[in-house]
Amino acid sequence: MARTSETREPLIHLSKRSSIHPLKAWMIRLAAVALGLALCGLVAFLLIERLRANPGRIGEFYYTFIKGSFSTSRKIWKYLKNLSILLCIALALTPAFRMRFWNIGGEGQTLVGVLGCIAVAFYLGGKIPEWLLLILMLLAALVCGAAWGLIPALFKARWNTNETLFTLMMNYVATYLVAFFLEVWVTNGSGTLPKQKFGKLPTVGGQAYLLIILIVLALTVCLYIYLNYTKHGYEISVVGESVRTAQYVGINDKKVVIRTMLLSGALCGLAGYLIGAGLDQSITTESAGGQGFTAIMVSWLGKFNPAAMVLTAGLIQLLNQGAAQISQDFDVSGALPNVIVGIILFFIIGCEFFINYEVHFRGAKQKAGKEAVK
Amino acid sequence: MNIWLNFLIDSLAFGATFMYGSTGEILTEKAGHLNLGIPGIMCMGGAGGCLVLNMIGKSGLPGFLIVILGILGALTLSMLCGLIYSFLTVSLRANQNVTGLALTTFGVGLMKVIMIKLDATVYLVGPKQLYRWPFAGRQDSLQCLGVLFFLAVIVAIVSSWVLFRTKAGLHLRAVGENPATADAVGINVTKYKYLATCIGSGIAGLGGFYYIIDYMASQEAYLSLEAFGWLSIALVIFALWRPHVTIIGSTVFGVLFSCSSYITNISWIRVTMAMKPLLKMLPYVVTIIVLIISSVRNKRENQPPQSLGLAYFREER
Repeated sequence: MARTSETREPLIHLSKRSSIHPLKAWMIRLAAVALGLALCGLVAFLLIERLRANPGRIGEFYYTFIKGSFSTSRKIWKYLKNLSILLCIALALTPAFRMRFWNIGGEGQTLVGVLGCIAVAFYLGGKIPEWLLLILMLLAALVCGAAWGLIPALFKARWNTNETLFTLMMNYVATYLVAFFLEVWVTNGSGTLPKQKFGKLPTVGGQAYLLIILIVLALTVCLYIYLNYTKHGYEISVVGESVRTAQYVGINDKKVVIRTMLLSGALCGLAGYLIGAGLDQSITTESAGGQGFTAIMVSWLGKFNPAAMVLTAGLIQLLNQGAAQISQDFDVSGALPNVIVGIILFFIIGCEFFINYEVHFRGAKQKAGKEAVK
Repeated sequence: MNIWLNFLIDSLAFGATFMYGSTGEILTEKAGHLNLGIPGIMCMGGAGGCLVLNMIGKSGLPGFLIVILGILGALTLSMLCGLIYSFLTVSLRANQNVTGLALTTFGVGLMKVIMIKLDATVYLVGPKQLYRWPFAGRQDSLQCLGVLFFLAVIVAIVSSWVLFRTKAGLHLRAVGENPATADAVGINVTKYKYLATCIGSGIAGLGGFYYIIDYMASQEAYLSLEAFGWLSIALVIFALWRPHVTIIGSTVFGVLFSCSSYITNISWIRVTMAMKPLLKMLPYVVTIIVLIISSVRNKRENQPPQSLGLAYFREER
């Protein structure tokens, strides 16, 4: 860049911020979301004919976002339920991410969790008391999820096998494993497993989803404490910061990797249990519904902090449900939510740069220099 | 035609989808960027090509022009996606996994929104015969070996040649292995990262276009495209980051993936319906095994690029 003359400065100079006021950071994030929403409006304007015919309805477009999650009490419960499941998977992935173990296999770990719990319900349902069945289902889900997390971890610890690619592949192995069991269980050729009669989580306080929400809430608190105030949590952070430091201070990093992935997988299995025993009573290859991937973004956007992840999961779920409402009200393709969530994610991902780095322009710096001289 | 030969050619043709996808992904990964947006990019490539064909499909332009314009359409949209990805990950140094996943969400969604509005009688029925030159009109699987198939093979070989036999390729690999060192010897890291990602995305986008317009050539093809994007990422590992190996690798994947629909025709192998999902699981299991073996053997040339997944900031030590 400075090839022509020695003294010429580059147009843009970047430097890493040492710290930023939390308020300022949140203002940047809010501004990014606002910009993203504005662009979404523009995209919607291009895609939705009814909006183009009547531009005045753009206000209605934004109102529909809120309407999708909060217009009726049924929708609020649905919103909280979806938020909880998404948050549960994101919480499960977080310990691994803190360790810089890129577990993108949340989808598969959740799916085998559902598979384990539905398998127990399928083979033992009605033969043993309901409370015992529910406990066995939970155990099966936890074990299956943990096993799915353990396999990549073992190879990572022993041979440093790339965990991102490994866990990604495990997702598809899980999908076809479910497809296989569906072929075995469903003999009439329809390919869909009917709802299981036994093994349903009890309702609490007359609300179908309340128990799930409470479980995930408790999990959030537990994980926050585990990560921030226990020896295990500290070891995870050290291994994440630097494996060499960990080895130097006598932390067995292989043990930490394996232990943390067991936990991560088991918690994904718990999410699978909530889906299988709490909601669907059945299983399809789409039972996790891509939430294992969305959860990665939730966790990352929340800076791997369980408390902040409640907010980010809430935001993403709000966008999902709002955009779904839009595609229903404005009669456009059901894929519109993906486009809108994608656009807003681009902005949120991009804005982290302005939180972590400071941008200096050549001109601005000279001006600042002159003022300093005065 | 002999059923075995038919099956083999079908697998070869099917494999071209992954050949494009993984060649593109290899170029990106060699620059140190694990692009998980490939499924979305492939979808957008398909949508871009079909969007152009939807405009010119019945315009009466000469056949070769329609073919070229369609390819350009596919390249444009997929390279735009690549540009979004590289702006976020190279210039803004965002997390590559998260950016890639967001791009996949976005690309798959936008493709569905676009494709639902297009008219298959315009973008598919006429142009599909043009793309299937020189075997258009045949009834066996040879018909799928069209223009885009041969282009895939050429692109894979040329990419390998560029990567391993030219100076630009050497520079690109240096950037992917250790950007700080590459920077120190005067290689423009940002330029290489941008170029590799955008060109790689363009190549991957052609894979999506090929799948919709030639291999499947059906109105619903776009709905099943995403899964093959993920398979392309798997194939990168299988091919040990060498584009020319994807030609063999994609055929193997094609065989593994499409054998479930052929195997029922063979009387002496008794296959139940339940076996089909297990057969479809094979490509992924094989990929995992290759990944494990290559990490156990730990040969330097078979490893992922060293700085894969890490953002580069010059002033950071």
